Amino acid sequence: MNVKYMYSFLAVIVLFLIAYVGTEAVGLQWLFGVLIPYAALLVFVIGFGRRVMSWARSAVPFRIPTTCGQQKTLPWIRPNSIDNPTTTGAVAVRMFLEIVTFRSLFRNTRMKAKADGRITYQLELFLWLGALAFHYAFATVLVRHLRFFMEPVPVPIKLIETLDAFFQFGLPVVYLSGVVLAAAVLYLALRRVFIPTVRYISLANDFFPLFLIFGIAFTGILMRYFAKVDIVGIKALTMGLVTFSFPESEVLKGISGLFYGHLFFVSVLLAYFPFSKLMHLGGIFLSPTRNLTTDTRARRHVNPWNYPVKVHTYEEYEDDFREKMVEAGLPVVKSLEAAAAEKE
Amino acid sequence: MKDLPKAKDFYSRLAHRPDSASDWMDVPVEIRKGMYCYAANPKSLDTLGFPYARDWNPVEGDWKLPENWQQIIHEGFKERLERFRSFKVFMDICVRCGACADKCHFFIGTGDPKNMPVLRAELLRSVYRNDFTTFGKLLGRIGGARPMTVDVLKEWWYYMFQCTECRRCSVFCPYGIDTAEITIMGRELLNLLGLNIDWIATPVSNCYMTGNHLGIQPHAYKDMLDFFVDDIEEITGVRVEPSYNRVGADILFITPSGDVFADPGTYTAMGYLILFHYLREKYGFDITWSTYASEGGNFGFFTSHETMKRLNSKMYAEARRLGVKWILGGECGHMWRVITQYMDTMNGPADFLQEPVSPITGTRFENAKSTKMVHIAEFTADLIRHGKLELDKRRNRHLKVTFHDSCNPSRGMGMLEEPRYVIRNVCDHFYDMPENTIREQTFCCGSGAGLNAGENMELRMAGGLPRANAVKYVHEQHGVNMLATICAIDRAALPPLMQYWVPGVDVTGLHEMVANALVLPGEKQRETNLRGEPLEGMEDDSDE
Repeated sequence: MNVKYMYSFLAVIVLFLIAYVGTEAVGLQWLFGVLIPYAALLVFVIGFGRRVMSWARSAVPFRIPTTCGQQKTLPWIRPNSIDNPTTTGAVAVRMFLEIVTFRSLFRNTRMKAKADGRITYQLELFLWLGALAFHYAFATVLVRHLRFFMEPVPVPIKLIETLDAFFQFGLPVVYLSGVVLAAAVLYLALRRVFIPTVRYISLANDFFPLFLIFGIAFTGILMRYFAKVDIVGIKALTMGLVTFSFPESEVLKGISGLFYGHLFFVSVLLAYFPFSKLMHLGGIFLSPTRNLTTDTRARRHVNPWNYPVKVHTYEEYEDDFREKMVEAGLPVVKSLEAAAAEKE
Repeated sequence: MKDLPKAKDFYSRLAHRPDSASDWMDVPVEIRKGMYCYAANPKSLDTLGFPYARDWNPVEGDWKLPENWQQIIHEGFKERLERFRSFKVFMDICVRCGACADKCHFFIGTGDPKNMPVLRAELLRSVYRNDFTTFGKLLGRIGGARPMTVDVLKEWWYYMFQCTECRRCSVFCPYGIDTAEITIMGRELLNLLGLNIDWIATPVSNCYMTGNHLGIQPHAYKDMLDFFVDDIEEITGVRVEPSYNRVGADILFITPSGDVFADPGTYTAMGYLILFHYLREKYGFDITWSTYASEGGNFGFFTSHETMKRLNSKMYAEARRLGVKWILGGECGHMWRVITQYMDTMNGPADFLQEPVSPITGTRFENAKSTKMVHIAEFTADLIRHGKLELDKRRNRHLKVTFHDSCNPSRGMGMLEEPRYVIRNVCDHFYDMPENTIREQTFCCGSGAGLNAGENMELRMAGGLPRANAVKYVHEQHGVNMLATICAIDRAALPPLMQYWVPGVDVTGLHEMVANALVLPGEKQRETNLRGEPLEGMEDDSDE
């Protein structure tokens, strides 16, 4: 067994038990239902902001976009304005496609070295599909959960719920997003275990968020379809969190420990987020190989810390080689005589 | 080359399945002969005023590090995190999805897991976590952090010089993480401790003093071009007359010195001379070479940003001194990354130059209106498009050509169509390699970023394997016998690579083919090409 995923797996189990026991046995509903969620949200907002600010504080000395298509050059050569964007608008399109459709990942190929010495590269879209499924399912689940923080529930959210329940099976009717989220997380975790190269590069930091998010999806699914938790009490609590008018302790005590486990997972995820690789959510907007224009030859970029450097000037060079230059018939600025006279 | 395994045995040694029982942090670095370059000559470091110049040997235990080396690395790291957003963001946001893993030519060719771009970056990231992040400090090893030790330093050195900064991985990364950026920072840090390789340090020192990497002094530079002038006269019957360091010329020409020095780059240099002569005779084109700015390439780029700036400064300085209107640049790879993405920022604004306009076609190179420097492939493509060149393609008809997109013009510039347009106009037979191996997905020659030394030949052959494999495909499918390229390092590095993996394929620059096809005013019936090889089949045509 690999310690990296074992530790992460155990950590998630322990986290659940802390919340479950903490509420069911010790009665710390206020802590897990109110205080920790607030604290986690605070850590998330401040941590996220600080991290983005710390990136923003670092300079962008050079414009170093990766050009992934034909440059804009002679008028009769068609430029690839998205992958080699020369305008801010085109950069926005490139960034939009990157963030919304994971365009670079869509190029992914798989290399195979065959015994006869041929090496092939085939389009490999499972990672792209898995990543897309994961992020969109997660986003949908998040949006759906807004119903817990709004009264009355706005129409757009109801609409998303309706779409999410498009296939109309199961009772309560099954939301696709939850199932897809759990499946995608499972896929992303399994590829870390079974693809040798990916297993080799994976850290505990890679497994932990996957297991945590799986825990969130799993407890959510349990509550909705199997455990039948006190949904009215939960809504009273969640509305209390946004309106600062909390329900009676009795109501909090009436909610299942399963819910507090779910909520604690979410809290941990929020608090963990700013200190982890999950910050790619913010970082992608600031990636200098993607978010800059490629018109570096047409428009000068200024480096805020550009400093003068020691150079070897032409004059020094001519001093080094004057005789040889003259002998070879190369023009010189200072004649041999003038240079000799200067020396004296 | 003698010590290398047979090409076909190479494959059997390749596995791309890292040993899953071990953790990469526990696998000690083994600095293996054939895979590393010799340490920098202390004299070269001294010339440049670099710190800790000393004799040291990578395979010996004691690297004679300064006592406070850990502090130097830590502070250097910190400074670069503040100076480069790229570095900081790339340290923080990698999710280790593995998309980059099999995109690296060095991983494909060596199977060494630490050559996966993600792991190359993790070599630095692990220390970053330990030194600069709360979680790293708190969780240590389980949080992916490790302290900086001598072994880690050696691992950095070994793998930072097994990356050619080609940026292929950054095309595929969903966040655009660019390993070139990581390697550049890694090498800057190593240079703080005097840990450069000689194949970089000595060319840099040469370039600083004499104006070019090879250390060719001004009179010798002229001598070498004079040889070409004689050869050209012998082949074409026309004597070309290049000028040097000429104040008042319209245009300054700067190209890598490698093309003045060694075959087959020399034929490309002859190509430039022939083209310029043609343009002068026909259209009064006025251009000068410089012995001071006699280097297009910039090995300073493989050392540190500061060194890059020091070497690059000569281009604008010389253009200003000579009073030219703009600069024309020759075929080179990393030279054009530096010119495209760094030069204007570092050493500009070049407000003493004019927005480049082709004096022959009147075309304004608006894409270069700030740098004032035009790539010769753009320039020649424009000439051909306007019908300004008299070309006899038949002289190249024995060539079945494929084109190797050099890393930097592709991924740091986007010059993809211009060279292809030129090739199609000077050759009858052109075949592109498979699409996942060209254009922005092109594979490196395996010898870029200062790694084209002799002592690391096994590394170079391994790193060049994916490129060679794609050439082999078109060689077998279409009988391709010529690999064209617009990079001087390619012209030096690809011939041995072809010899090893794909015998029967030769290497050429773009302007060698242009010059072979170009009909000079007053030339004699050409019997050979610039290489002195007989022009097959031309005799029959003259009777037609």
